[in-house]
Amino acid sequence: MNSVILQIASKYLRILFLMFAIIALLRGHNQPGGGFIGGLLAALYIVFNTLAFTSKQIKDRLKVSPEAYMGVGLLCVLLSFLPSVLSGAPLMQGVWVSYSISDFEVIKLGTPLLFDLGVFIAVMGVTLMFLFTLSTHK
Amino acid sequence: MEILLVALIGLLYAGGVYLILRRSLLKFIIGIIFLSNATNLLVFISAGIVHGKPAFVTGGDADPSSMADPLPQALVLTAIVIGFGIVIFTLALKSKFYSVTDKDDSDEIKETDI
Amino acid sequence: MTEIVLPILLPFALIILLVFIRKVNYAKWIGIIGSALIAIVAIYIFINTLNNGVLVLYVGGWKAPYGITLVVDMLSGIMLVVTSFLVLSISIYAYHFIKNNKQFSRFFLFFFALIMGVNGTFVTGDIFNFYVWLEVIMLSSFVLITMGSEKKQLEGGIKYMALNLIASLFFLAGIGLLYGKTGTLNMAHLAKILTNDQQSLFMNTSAMLFFIALGIKAAIFPLFFWLPASYHTANITVTSLFAGILTKVGVYAFIRLFTLFFVQDAYFWHNLLLISAGFTMVIGGMAASIQYDVRRILSYHIISQIGYMIMGLGIYTPLAIAGAIFFTVHNMIAKTNTFLVSGIMNKLKGTFDLKSMGSLLKEQPLLAVLFIIPAFALAGIPPLSGFFAKFILIKSGIEDGHYVIIAIAVLTSLLTLYSMIKIWSEAFLKKQPDDITIPNSKPIRFTVFIPSIMLALGSVLLGVFAASFFDLTMEAARQLMEPSEYINAVLGADVK
Repeated sequence: MNSVILQIASKYLRILFLMFAIIALLRGHNQPGGGFIGGLLAALYIVFNTLAFTSKQIKDRLKVSPEAYMGVGLLCVLLSFLPSVLSGAPLMQGVWVSYSISDFEVIKLGTPLLFDLGVFIAVMGVTLMFLFTLSTHK
Repeated sequence: MEILLVALIGLLYAGGVYLILRRSLLKFIIGIIFLSNATNLLVFISAGIVHGKPAFVTGGDADPSSMADPLPQALVLTAIVIGFGIVIFTLALKSKFYSVTDKDDSDEIKETDI
Repeated sequence: MTEIVLPILLPFALIILLVFIRKVNYAKWIGIIGSALIAIVAIYIFINTLNNGVLVLYVGGWKAPYGITLVVDMLSGIMLVVTSFLVLSISIYAYHFIKNNKQFSRFFLFFFALIMGVNGTFVTGDIFNFYVWLEVIMLSSFVLITMGSEKKQLEGGIKYMALNLIASLFFLAGIGLLYGKTGTLNMAHLAKILTNDQQSLFMNTSAMLFFIALGIKAAIFPLFFWLPASYHTANITVTSLFAGILTKVGVYAFIRLFTLFFVQDAYFWHNLLLISAGFTMVIGGMAASIQYDVRRILSYHIISQIGYMIMGLGIYTPLAIAGAIFFTVHNMIAKTNTFLVSGIMNKLKGTFDLKSMGSLLKEQPLLAVLFIIPAFALAGIPPLSGFFAKFILIKSGIEDGHYVIIAIAVLTSLLTLYSMIKIWSEAFLKKQPDDITIPNSKPIRFTVFIPSIMLALGSVLLGVFAASFFDLTMEAARQLMEPSEYINAVLGADVK
């Protein structure tokens, strides 16, 4: 499809798509959302772009290959296992660190976030890989 | 509500079985999607449906008897994710097969039998 | 006991490494070294199980029956060790039989994904987790079986995919019903609930769904048709891997599920298992003997041998279960070896068709020896592993009075011997037909034979040390028949 409206719109919608994806990722621990859904939303942006442009253009524009996304994602998942093993807890038990930025706000970071981030990136990679396999060959 | 879902599951199974008995490979894959959705629903209602009582414990007073069982929902989520990957792979395989052989009819693919 | 997660985590780490490595040559070396590491881990875990009994790991610190539990008992330990032995030899074999082109550049990635799935099914103690690992196996095997993208491979891949997808849906539906009935997914907890429960009619629905799902995975009688239609199309390395490991995951699941918690209504289930085992043996054996393609003979032969393992489960005495485990181990080693040898034969003659082969005994005496060892082991000739495996099964059957199935098993042995002798006389003894021209192939190096020699040694040693291995399988069978040890190790004594 070669629609100018879509092409221009995709540029402005990028920030919306990606923000939504990241919000879904961050709230995922206790509320609906999470790495998988976030990853799908982020991949959806690229699917949307392939509708506006052609998938070959998108593939060329993407600096990192889908496989590398998968690799990095899986690496994050593997790394999220490490803190629990190193601290002597059972494998995959959550390890949390909290920082207080002011008197009222506390940021809690933990291995589940790293795990979710890994899933996010890996799902994005998988979706993109399938997208390009399905859309490029004749 | 549960009886409705049960009927829906039956309908989806029937439709799925009908579609996987068709000769076209694409319809076979659509049938598999039907069956997989029916199975996911089956797992979902295996613990019954509880209205408006999500399994979040906010305070200390939690009464598990009135809450929804979160486990089947987690299982269904996993099953959906797996099904998603498998359906995409099947479609990719089918499209590759079609581009190599130009065949979609399962009666015509007998080369590797016996 | 964190080490029992390593058979899953190690392949996982190797997958990540292999994503970033594009050169096939490097990937091959990583494959060999990685497989060796997995083998070391498996042996370590096995020795640990031998000394300490059932090993349990609560993933994430969630106690059973709430979280996912990983459990290694004797049976899992044996299967882990044998699988890793096969994986090591196949990864060495792949060094020569995987082409260095782009299509095979991802072979080892999916190879280790498959191993991760297989090890996962062996160590998991949670029925849903088991399903997840089955899906991991299935997805990676889809990719492996169509690797190369030839017309036949895609066709075989579609047939393989179709029936395996249906199998996994049956499995999931079975899990749904089981959860609806019992409210738990932990296999030990299921065992504890279901052995006290008398409501067998509802259980049979769920058990039948599992029976069909695992029956497709293990390729038993009315459900095996995907196997001969797809196995012979793939690259020979992939076929050897599948032949040795994949159907045996189904057999492992059969043994695990039908000794642990599907124990009600035993009369019906054991007879059903025996009937389908009998048909599996005979039909597989007969279909093997009319084929002329080496890979097809061996593929049908896999089915025939699955029957013996299911027969052991159907007789259901400790001796029979021990026999089934012994037979599974023997069969994994010998069957993989025959496929490896058939790949070498293809490399020499450029074909898998027996009619255009010949004179291999004169040209390659070493290959002839390497073929005759697993072939005789499969047929059950005394000093080799197959004799003892069949002997235990037949003895247990006679003790328990199942004469019909024993007669079928003995007759099937003759069919096995026939199809093995067919390959022997056509490919090795017969003179090479004059009208067939062999494409000029390079002389093969000795290293091609190494994996086959490893497995042949395995067959011989399993025969020589049959007594001590039999003790191990008896111990495994004892743990399976008296699941209280397994249940107490997972749940502790206090969970109701």
